[in-house]
Amino acid sequence: MEALRIVEGLTAPVDRVNVDTDAIIPKQFLKRIERSGFGQFLFWEWRFDEQGNVISEFPLNQPRYHGANILLSRANFGCGSSREHAPWAILDYGFKVVIAPSFADIFYNNCFKNGILPIKLSEEQVEELFVKTQATEGYALTVNLEARTITDTNGLSIEFDLDEHRRQFLLLGLDDIGLTLKHEEKISAYEAKRASNV
Amino acid sequence: MSKKTMYEKIWENHLIHQESGKPAILYIDLHLVHEVTSPQAFEGLRLSGRKVRRPDLTFATMDHNVPTKDRFNIADPISKQQIDALSKNAADFGVKLYDLNSLDQGVVHVMGPELGLTHPGKTIVCGDSHTSTHGAFGALAFGIGTSEVEHVMATQCLQQSHSKTMEVRVLGQLKLGVTAKDLILGIIAKYGTDFATGYVIEYTGEAIRGLTMENRMTVCNMSIEAGARAGLIAPDQTTFDYLRGREYAPQGAAYDQAVEEWKQLTTDDGATYDVVVEFDASTLEPQVTWGTSPGMGTNINSVVPNPADFPTLNERKAAEKALEYMGLTPGTPIKEISINKVFIGSCTNGRIEDLRAAAAVVIGRTVSSAVEAIVVPGSGRVRIQAEKEGLDKIFIAAGFEWRDAGCSMCLAMNPDVLSPGDRCASTSNRNFEGRQGRGGRTHLVSPEMAAAAAVAGHFVDVREWETVPVGAN
Ligand code: SF4
Repeated sequence: MEALRIVEGLTAPVDRVNVDTDAIIPKQFLKRIERSGFGQFLFWEWRFDEQGNVISEFPLNQPRYHGANILLSRANFGCGSSREHAPWAILDYGFKVVIAPSFADIFYNNCFKNGILPIKLSEEQVEELFVKTQATEGYALTVNLEARTITDTNGLSIEFDLDEHRRQFLLLGLDDIGLTLKHEEKISAYEAKRASNV
Repeated sequence: MSKKTMYEKIWENHLIHQESGKPAILYIDLHLVHEVTSPQAFEGLRLSGRKVRRPDLTFATMDHNVPTKDRFNIADPISKQQIDALSKNAADFGVKLYDLNSLDQGVVHVMGPELGLTHPGKTIVCGDSHTSTHGAFGALAFGIGTSEVEHVMATQCLQQSHSKTMEVRVLGQLKLGVTAKDLILGIIAKYGTDFATGYVIEYTGEAIRGLTMENRMTVCNMSIEAGARAGLIAPDQTTFDYLRGREYAPQGAAYDQAVEEWKQLTTDDGATYDVVVEFDASTLEPQVTWGTSPGMGTNINSVVPNPADFPTLNERKAAEKALEYMGLTPGTPIKEISINKVFIGSCTNGRIEDLRAAAAVVIGRTVSSAVEAIVVPGSGRVRIQAEKEGLDKIFIAAGFEWRDAGCSMCLAMNPDVLSPGDRCASTSNRNFEGRQGRGGRTHLVSPEMAAAAAVAGHFVDVREWETVPVGAN
């Protein structure tokens, strides 16, 4: 996994609560057996109408948000299914950071497995970022994972909380399976004890 | 000795390693696999030269992509590819697969308990959020992403942080004709779709004790719709009776010994939960959702709410968007909402008792001419049992289509989809925009309510109808 340290770039708003994984990537696109290439399907039903025409009001279709790598949304982002296709689509589309007041549990976990940083801020802080993003074309943020800060060029500075283990995990781009397998002896001992109990 | 909750006991029984500031390493007893969330995990194993550590604890089936009519003829080549990939992966890695030729094939969360794979006290995972279903047995069961599927395949462990605990204390008894589905929909309507994020719920109270195993599965199934990591119900005689004699349940003396161990799992008297919420079951009415989130629900004798009445701006906006998508006007009585599709099935309500309950409503009645209605058994075994009891004939005589097992219209990854503008009474668990097909409008209800809506062509309070008990109840 790619390490993540500092993300600088445009912020794109998706102003809805409870953005679910069916909205992030509809199920008709879950049939691929690869990990890549899901970005084109991100928010499909919000980006395109039934005939496949671009829905121009949807923020990601507006030129001002093209190339954004920080996604801004509302509470309970990523609720619904456990499909990792959701973070794969977000990452493949170009987002490295998602900011929201809260995230659904499985989605939140899945982000870290894929080098995406989900940041929880208060409702007020998120509202402030929405106002700024919508008011100023080209509004950009710098997210510094080392310092746990979000800044803009006009003096905004927000600190965010993050579990230290998760932070290290992203900073170093670690391999989970490798970490667990360091405890191979303990796992085998547990299995042996279990087997003798039966 | 300190007092412990059931969650804490199961956690401690599976703890392999714990270091402060890091997630714990937890042993996993049962890994269920389906075709949608596994191909990239198997591919990951191949790329890193790893094996499935415990194929004997890993069981696979195919459900999401499976057509429920003419099932061997999978028209969509990408669906077919995903099904074929699972067959190949299961063979390559030595994993037991219940494929389309198997009697036991079915929705993964119907199949597991039916085979007796789900036991109290086990840790159970699957690349599927409705793994919470298995919590009905007092197993710690939760959904994981594909990276974690690969992790469990390679290590039989997961890195997990300890969840907080929540008791959902159900007070009083459900009224006659009010179901387990209504109970969980009512709880989510009251407390919201994220009230349990970060928590493992334990459902307690007399009303819960009175539920059958299948009803309990309906409740735990939708724990994820409350945001919970998992939902638990303490095992009791109902649980033990359900498991006795099932293929993968302990047999003979081992069963008796297991029951003694399972009895030890329940939350100690005096143990404390981080949060306790209460829900009064005694005043609950049959539920119908009106919006695009499972929490947007109300009772059958109520009306579509007015967004202006919601307390916060975000809730008002969400309700407005939902009503726009659903094509509903505030103030409309729920009973006046007409539907043109009915889906009875899914891992929430596709079990034999659900089908019996629906059949009891439709027997001697006819599906409205404006409605297309399908019944999809949750597994091959449910289908065979239902046919043995003659339920298929009741449904077909009334004008329902009787299908083969699969996820079907629960999520529209197979040929069973809603068309834009279709309005469906569905016994599934999610009413998200487009969940059952682009532009499709989903109202979540119990099997009884769905069956009655199929007949009437609009929602009705099924309690006002006479029903005829059917099946081997
Ligand atoms: S029936 Fe629906 S909710 Fe259950 S596993 Fe299948 S798609 Fe998921």
